[in-house]
Amino acid sequence: MNGFDSFQLWFIIVGLALGSFGLRFAFLAFMGGRSLPLWLMRHLRYTAVAIIPALVAPMVIWPTPTGGEISLPHLAAAVLTFATGALTRDVLWALLVGTMAFLLLFLFAS
Amino acid sequence: MSITTTKSAFWKGFRDSAPFLLVSGSFGLLFGVLAGEAGLNVLEAFTFSTAVFAGSAQFTALQLLQEQTPLLIILISALAVNLRMAMYSASLTPYLGEAPLWQRACAAYLTVDQSYALSIVQFENAPEMTIAQRMAYFFGTNGLVAPCWMITTLIGATVGTQVPDSWGLDFALPLAFLAMIGPMLRTPAHMVACFVAVAVSLPAALLPFNLGLIAAGLAGMMAGAQAELWLERAAAKDSSQQGAAQ
Repeated sequence: MNGFDSFQLWFIIVGLALGSFGLRFAFLAFMGGRSLPLWLMRHLRYTAVAIIPALVAPMVIWPTPTGGEISLPHLAAAVLTFATGALTRDVLWALLVGTMAFLLLFLFAS
Repeated sequence: MSITTTKSAFWKGFRDSAPFLLVSGSFGLLFGVLAGEAGLNVLEAFTFSTAVFAGSAQFTALQLLQEQTPLLIILISALAVNLRMAMYSASLTPYLGEAPLWQRACAAYLTVDQSYALSIVQFENAPEMTIAQRMAYFFGTNGLVAPCWMITTLIGATVGTQVPDSWGLDFALPLAFLAMIGPMLRTPAHMVACFVAVAVSLPAALLPFNLGLIAAGLAGMMAGAQAELWLERAAAKDSSQQGAAQ
């Protein structure tokens, strides 16, 4: 495998399965009718919208296919995909444009 | 159509979820292909999707595995992506909390963006629904989406294991994530969270062990929560001033 072995993979699969289930079950199992403190709910609302962009930004600025060199075509493909999603509010359109941008990059690279 | 029986509740959920098939199908396929390309065999990719059943966390873990990140950091980062599930779980509790434990356990496993978003709207709009009907509706929203996610992962992985490394599908992952981000930016506070996270993530990329991801994620979360508070206060002040003027 690319940079990891089978033990590492299964450790992640099992850990992530248990952890995800725990996060999903915690409140349904034990909270009864009570609700979470407001400040906590307020922070949880923004986890996905913070973590995912934080993961993506370095991958876009220093793309793996160019060995980490800043690349205008990759940047353009990224901006196009993001802008489509932001403007249409529809993940399907964004996916469609992203796929086309990806195919173009692929054609230009080869 | 109004819900009259437990059965009709299930089928309403089933129908309401149909448009999400395309989304879960595309991401399932892509996860399968990327997993296959990363060296997972079909069984491993399928188990991954079935056991974890959370697309964006799976993509995150797959990417970090390939960057040879320490296992603990991978777990924390991927679970951080899934923290929103805790929020879903908490907000479903008033509606489903009285159901039998085994049903709640199944519902927990099936809590994903689509089932949550559909169900919370349905439950708020139809307060007369019984617990059994609510549970049935919730399961219905997953009647198509969950099998679709698993089957497309399987198909994708079968394709992905055949893809030569030289094709370099690496950049498909950031593009898939980028497609998800746009529609998430529903309020100014969401935009603030996203912007701060990106701004911190670039210099923080210098931190060892991919710790930058966690630092940037935390910064974005806190910025979003603060922005929400400020905006609420500004709106309250605004309306009280209007009230005084009248």
